[in-house]
Amino acid sequence: MGRVVITGMGIYSCIGRNLEEVKKSLKEGTSGIIFDEKRKVMGYRSCLTGMVEEPNLKDKLSRRERISLGEEGNYAYVATTEALENAKIDQKYLDDHIVGILYGNDSTAKSVMESVDKIREKHDTTLVGSGAIFKAMNSTITMNLATIFKLKGINFTISAACASGSHAVGMAYLLIKNGLQDCIICGGAQEINEIAMGSFDGLGVFSVNHNDPTKACRPFDRDRDGLVPSGGGATLILESYESAVKRGAPILGEVMGYGFSSNGEHISTPNVDGPSRSMEMALEQAGLQAMDVDYVNAHATSTPVGDANEAKAIYNVFGSHCPPVSSTKSMTGHECWMAGASEIIYSMIMMQNSFVAPNINLENPDTNASKLNLVNKTLSKKIDVFLSNSFGFGGTNSSIIVKKA
Amino acid sequence: MDKDVIIKKINHFLIDEFEVDSDELSPDANLKETLELDSLDFVDLVVAIESNFGVKLDGEDFVGVKTLQDFYDLIEERLS
Repeated sequence: MGRVVITGMGIYSCIGRNLEEVKKSLKEGTSGIIFDEKRKVMGYRSCLTGMVEEPNLKDKLSRRERISLGEEGNYAYVATTEALENAKIDQKYLDDHIVGILYGNDSTAKSVMESVDKIREKHDTTLVGSGAIFKAMNSTITMNLATIFKLKGINFTISAACASGSHAVGMAYLLIKNGLQDCIICGGAQEINEIAMGSFDGLGVFSVNHNDPTKACRPFDRDRDGLVPSGGGATLILESYESAVKRGAPILGEVMGYGFSSNGEHISTPNVDGPSRSMEMALEQAGLQAMDVDYVNAHATSTPVGDANEAKAIYNVFGSHCPPVSSTKSMTGHECWMAGASEIIYSMIMMQNSFVAPNINLENPDTNASKLNLVNKTLSKKIDVFLSNSFGFGGTNSSIIVKKA
Repeated sequence: MDKDVIIKKINHFLIDEFEVDSDELSPDANLKETLELDSLDFVDLVVAIESNFGVKLDGEDFVGVKTLQDFYDLIEERLS
């Protein structure tokens, strides 16, 4: 089995529009959460969200390319250009080599709504325009980016709810490890607009702490009252060690293990056993012991049951010698389909710069969380190995372990 | 609608929405080549015509339309 390394990263999120901005926010514990008036008009129970402006790509892409890209695709494009640049991969390299793409995405609500509204208004399907179908399909990101960058390798989208981005990285890792691909662009993206999250808001699991948006998302805290949705795009370049060395690429980290599991229970309520098995599998794949892990980036979204069960699962796996744990969602909100990829990038930034980003708003850990080594203030710490958790509806779980290069 | 207004409107959306260089918009310019239109772009041309002139064309209407002048004439004919 081959070694799989990370040679590039790119990020576009509510705490920064590139790696440098995100590093600053992570270090300073800056929240990207705002109150969105549009949600109030729509009748949302919670009007809180992570927010970043949609990039204007008029100078970067042709008309044909732009009209097929929806909001999440725009975020993914920006993150991917940063990641490719970071990895020192140009168009000539993409033209001359077999490079693939696996991206996590699980909705295109705004694009679907816009095209259906147009057909209802005009009673004519042609009048939705030629880009509508390519924006509305769930595989919008992979179909568009594969076309824009003229990719010739594996090409499909992974939909696994809030673990989509993590599973995309995991699947890329498996394909490269097994020698089936040398280089894969992978990641996750998430639309932010007020149309996308209505049905999720309807479940009553979002925070309604409207008085203080930046304090609303408080994973593991006793007074948490729900998650805050968010979005953006996050891209990693995964590559075989041999390919990276051959082309003199920067090796930023090595993916050591990918654990996955399904809870086999409730559609929305997470359990303890599934996440525990996912983390244990990742450790086994990596050939590491729990004590070898220097940092855990928790999935913890700030929901009462989810955080409590993840705290139990982390304690099950790591016991009383628990490494520092934090949930960067305290700053970003829940980046959903993107989160699994973005949180690997956040953890990579911490590993590269020897610090643990804080789990902001953690003032009083609840009973289960108090057993963990939770970090609520930026901590200077050398990180050689981290584990990143992502869980999603339907009980899908993914855990990725990365080691410093 | 006056022919000059039709031409002005068409040229405007070709420049604005289809990003065609204004220097290329001569009446004898080949429509498909000048605009680099593929089958998908024709769908968007139908959308632009509908939103600018309120008439719906389909693929068959473009048979025989070679130049930009043919295109102006087609729209004038459909509006008359």
